[in-house]
Order: sequence, then C-alpha cells, then structure tokens
Amino acid sequence: MTVKQYKEVLAKPLLEENPITLQILGICSALAVTSNLSVTLVMCVALTSVVSFSNLFISIIRNYIPSSVRIIVQMTIIASLVIVVDELLKAYDYETSKKLSVFVGLIITNCIVMGRAEAFAMKEKPFISFLDGLGNGLGYSVILIAVAVVRELFGAGTLMGYEILPLVSNGGWYPANNLLLLPPSSFILIGLMIWGIRAYKTDQIEPNEYKLSEHATAPDMSKRELNV
Amino acid sequence: MFEHYLSIFITTVFIENIALSVFLGMCTFIAISKKIDAAFGLGVAVIVVCLITVPLNNLIYNSILKEGALAWAGLPKANLEFVGLISYIGVIAAAVQILEMFLDRFVPALYNALGVFLPLITVNCAILGASLFMIEKDLKFGESVVYGLGAGVGWAMAIVVLAGIREKLKYSDIPDGLQGLGVTFLIVGLMSFGFMSFGGISL
Repeated sequence: MTVKQYKEVLAKPLLEENPITLQILGICSALAVTSNLSVTLVMCVALTSVVSFSNLFISIIRNYIPSSVRIIVQMTIIASLVIVVDELLKAYDYETSKKLSVFVGLIITNCIVMGRAEAFAMKEKPFISFLDGLGNGLGYSVILIAVAVVRELFGAGTLMGYEILPLVSNGGWYPANNLLLLPPSSFILIGLMIWGIRAYKTDQIEPNEYKLSEHATAPDMSKRELNV
Repeated sequence: MFEHYLSIFITTVFIENIALSVFLGMCTFIAISKKIDAAFGLGVAVIVVCLITVPLNNLIYNSILKEGALAWAGLPKANLEFVGLISYIGVIAAAVQILEMFLDRFVPALYNALGVFLPLITVNCAILGASLFMIEKDLKFGESVVYGLGAGVGWAMAIVVLAGIREKLKYSDIPDGLQGLGVTFLIVGLMSFGFMSFGGISL
C-alpha cells in the first residue's frame, strides 16, 4: 500500500463516490437531523467515528468470521460501538442527545456502516479499512453539513445559534424562510444537490429508460392552417 | 378501549407516518421503489416483521431491561437499559432469520415472493426505529401490537404510492442530472409536504 492509495481511499467518497448522493446509503438521518448545524455536527462526528472503528475492528477479525453468520457478527460490533457513542453523548452533552433522540441508535442500521463493512472491511487490511470508513464518514458529513448550513442560515438566520442574517422579527431585514425548517425541505435540497453534482460529474447520470422519439421530418409551418 | 387502539393505529399510519414524517427506512424506500410489485412485496414483509418484532421488543424491555424490571429475580435495582440497542437489533435479526426459515419450510409460495426482501429488512431502519419509538412512547403490550402494525402499514402504503408515481414518471422527459435519484428525492419531498397536512390533527 502506498501513500497514493491511502489518499485515494480517503478522498474518493467525498465527491466521486459519495455515499449519499450516489450510493443511496444512510439517507434517513441526513433528513431528520439537519435543521440545526450544531446538532448535525455532533451526528457527523458520531457516525464518522462509528463507521471508521467498525471498519477497523471488522477488518481485524475478518479472517475468523464464518461467512454464514457474518451479518450478525458485524451487527454486534456496530451495535456495541453505537452504545458507547450513545452513552458518551448522554454523559457529556445531554441536550444534544435529547435532540437527536432515536437517531443515534439508528446509526446501527445506517446502511453506510453495514455497506462499508460488507463491501470493504471484509476484504481489506485494517489500516486502509479505517481510512475507508473515515472517508465515507466525511463524505456523509459533507452533504449533511451543506444541507444544515442552508437550512439553518436561510430558515432561521443563524449558524450554530449565532445570528448571521438579522431577522425582521428582531428588527433586522431578513424575513425567515420557515419552509426550510420543515423536514421535507431537506429532500428537495439533497435532490437539487444531486442535480448540481451530476451536472459537474456527468458520468454519474443515470440512463433514461424511455426516450422521446425524434420527428422524422420537421413539420411544415407554412402549410399550417390557423383556426381563427 | 377499541377507540384508543384505533386512534393509535390511525395516528401511526397517517399523522406520524414512519416513512414520510419521521423519514425512516429511506435507503430501501428509494432503492426498491422502481416497480409496484417489488414495492408491494417489500411493504408486506415490513408489515409482518414490524408486527412481530415491536411487541417482542416491548416484552423484552418491560420484563428484562427496564429499571426495576428484574425485581422478580431478586435484582430490584438492576437497570439494563444500556444494552437495549444491541438486544433490539439482535431480536430483529433473529426474528427475520426464523421467519425466513419458517416461510421456506411451511409457506414456500410466500417465501418465493418475500424471500429476497427479508435479509434486507434486518438493516432497515424503519423496523429498529419503530421499536425505539415504541420504547420512547412507553407503550403497553397491547398498544405496541397496534403500533407495530400501524408503523408497518404506513411504511408499506408510502412505498407503494411512491412506486406508482415512479412507474408513471419513467415516460417523462427529465433533465439529465435529475434523472433517477434526483427527481425521486424531489418527489418524496413533495409527498412528505403533503403528509405534513395531517400534522396537528389529534385523535
């Protein structure tokens, strides 16, 4: 393994193979926890640490796991890590832990964690698996943070709770867009973000199943009768 | 009594729809909704698994994990809530495995229809989410049965509706970058805005 390979494993999931916008993994939490940037950051740290360490540990014992029970072994490792994260969060940041409610627990079933364990950590050496987990966690974080910044900045005029755009209700000039604070708006934002990324990375565009047929010849406009 | 159960059911199916209001099980929701048949099969599988695992986890929580629940075993101060997550997911994985074997042996027709979806369901956050919400709401056993059924039915309904829209959508002329995943996100966003209109209704 060379340094170049390490860099590639780390950087690829950020944009080219982003877990959310290309692989459709781990979307649930991307939608529900993004109305507030500081909560989102905690979630990103939690997920990134779980996915990198689960990749590390699974990769260490990968040669001892019988393939028939591998899902349950992976689940046990992931669930234990999530419990550790959950308890730490409850101990040191109870407020945020309350706001995240069940979503910390749901990291267990976050498809990014299982997906990376199954697709990468079961085949590769520990250190590079750890980097792959880190890369995917960061790829997830990039999208979440981008969505959270848009939602909090334009929805409430603040970032991390600090006022950036003074609201009309507080004597400022910015009328808050409350629509962005509603959870469904994050679907629309991610959809538009996918459009943006695919406009730049055109190889990610999905092929169309049906195409409009072309006209055999152009219609003759001069012969067209006007119904007046 | 009946009214109470009915109101829990309606609330979970419409007002707190697990797919469109709390956004759980989104990965499979978006990945397996291209065809109505597949979406329907997966929906039924989710209903069955929810109906089994939510009450099962309720029993485990109330009789083993809850603070003071082990009083009958002489451990009145034991609080095992911290192993909750690992036991719920264990129960779900085991229940799915047993259901798969049971269907394979006794109802092969159903196994052929649902078989491919069952392993997917273990990692579906809608199932674990339903169990976690059930714990958070502190439901009794009877209520948890209704809650599990409602959560499953709500999710199944949402995925079938989305699949219906996507089947029509494949004939439409969509900008290249939005094709497939992008436009699906926009549609789910609009559907979910629609479901928000149920919000605030209390039964």
